[in-house]
Amino acid sequence: MNEILKYTLMIVIILFTLTTIAAWLIWLERRMLALWQDRYGPNRAGPFGLFIVVADTIKLFFKEDWIPPFAEKAVFVFAPAIVAAAVLLSFVVVPFAPDILVADLDIGLLFFLAMSSLGVYSIVLGGWASNNKYSLLGALRGASQMISYEVFMGLSLMGVVMLSGSFRLTDIVMAQKDFWFVVTQPVAFVLFLTAGIAETHRLPFDIPEAESELVAGFHSEYSGMKFGMFFIGEYLGIILISAMVVTIFFGGWLGPVLPPVVWFTLKTFVFIIFFILLRASLPRPRYDQLMEYGWKIILPIALLNLLVTGGFTLLKN
Amino acid sequence: MEIAFYIAGTVAVAATWMVITRHNPVHALLYLNVSLLAHAMLFYLLGASFAALLEIIIYAGAIMVLFIFVVMLLNLGKETAEQERKWLKPKVWVGPTVLAAILFAEFLALVLSSGQGAYSPAVVSPRELATALYREYLIGVELAAMLLMAAVVGAAHIGRHKKLVLHRFLQEEKEKEEEKHEEAVL
Repeated sequence: MNEILKYTLMIVIILFTLTTIAAWLIWLERRMLALWQDRYGPNRAGPFGLFIVVADTIKLFFKEDWIPPFAEKAVFVFAPAIVAAAVLLSFVVVPFAPDILVADLDIGLLFFLAMSSLGVYSIVLGGWASNNKYSLLGALRGASQMISYEVFMGLSLMGVVMLSGSFRLTDIVMAQKDFWFVVTQPVAFVLFLTAGIAETHRLPFDIPEAESELVAGFHSEYSGMKFGMFFIGEYLGIILISAMVVTIFFGGWLGPVLPPVVWFTLKTFVFIIFFILLRASLPRPRYDQLMEYGWKIILPIALLNLLVTGGFTLLKN
Repeated sequence: MEIAFYIAGTVAVAATWMVITRHNPVHALLYLNVSLLAHAMLFYLLGASFAALLEIIIYAGAIMVLFIFVVMLLNLGKETAEQERKWLKPKVWVGPTVLAAILFAEFLALVLSSGQGAYSPAVVSPRELATALYREYLIGVELAAMLLMAAVVGAAHIGRHKKLVLHRFLQEEKEKEEEKHEEAVL
């Protein structure tokens, strides 16, 4: 009974913290962008403009939640829920600290890959159900982009699995006691981060949205809280990818003096801010460039990395 | 755990039933997805966690997305749903149902005579699976690899840019144009 209560409490706390952080990221992103572009950003509501998130949320709730008459109603309503659900499910296996995690699955890494591969349905179905040319184009781009980059995401992680000898995320963290995997697997780190940005379809890989060509891409027809779901799903995705990068390549909760959770949070926020910096600094590639880059450059590098890592592991044994 | 196993099994059967009876192809594919997820759950409960997640990553996450991708591009409207409705008449069901019922009866007899429940989990770790695949079943893996290689070569051949072939009149025209272009450049 005590166990069940403990885990239920943990799930509720993690869920609450994640959604809250995801909401405040909107403020963080706008403030950081403003900083890099030499302006103030939102600074009116509350101290440092922090309450803009509350104002935004209230605004979203009071907007008309419109379903276009030409849309496929059931799928249209269902689509935004998938992205948030898939990303939140991935957090089940993320070890925030030795004793703060929901489930320590022996196939944790695969569970993360599986859930992130389900996230693509949100874009595909949202775009298709909208029954709108721009949405459909966005959905097509999103589907091909996410399927391609999933391949490299999985392949780049296999080197880490070889070195640590386990799919369990706590084992992977503990295997980094002497060296972070970013030292031994630098190529894999760069590939994983690239694939992660493509998975969350953030700038510079936001071609499913591409507001300068496709209105708003796959969510052109969405309004009110349904749009809010896509929005929150995107920010949750940023947190997830940052947390996974930290867990897999930067030693997770490991660190001196400070408690494990603080280390984990600090490292994760460094990557979240890196995500925002990317948005502030890089232009968007063309769609065909993105696909070519993926299949002709990243895939061979990922395979080569796997080969070299395998060779080294064999030699060491 | 046994209850979870039977619940997942029921979901799988119900979802598969819905796949067959839906008229709208995208709805059918979505139900197929639910069915695949239920199958992954069954695998997991039986102890094959690796197979369970591969089922989600490969089938639900990649192959089904490609299916939906194609259906989306075809943009099948109300006419196809109407056509499906016409094709799926009660009369069509008779033959397959009788044959399937015979098989099902045999299956039931086998399961009941074995005296063993459907739920008998045996945990297989990814490591054990890998050693089995690359020792005892190595030939199977190699054959699958060859098949995939052939498929890749075939896809590359189909996707190759075709050489531009022109009719001789058009050829002459093109040559003239090129000459003009060269003169202009000079």
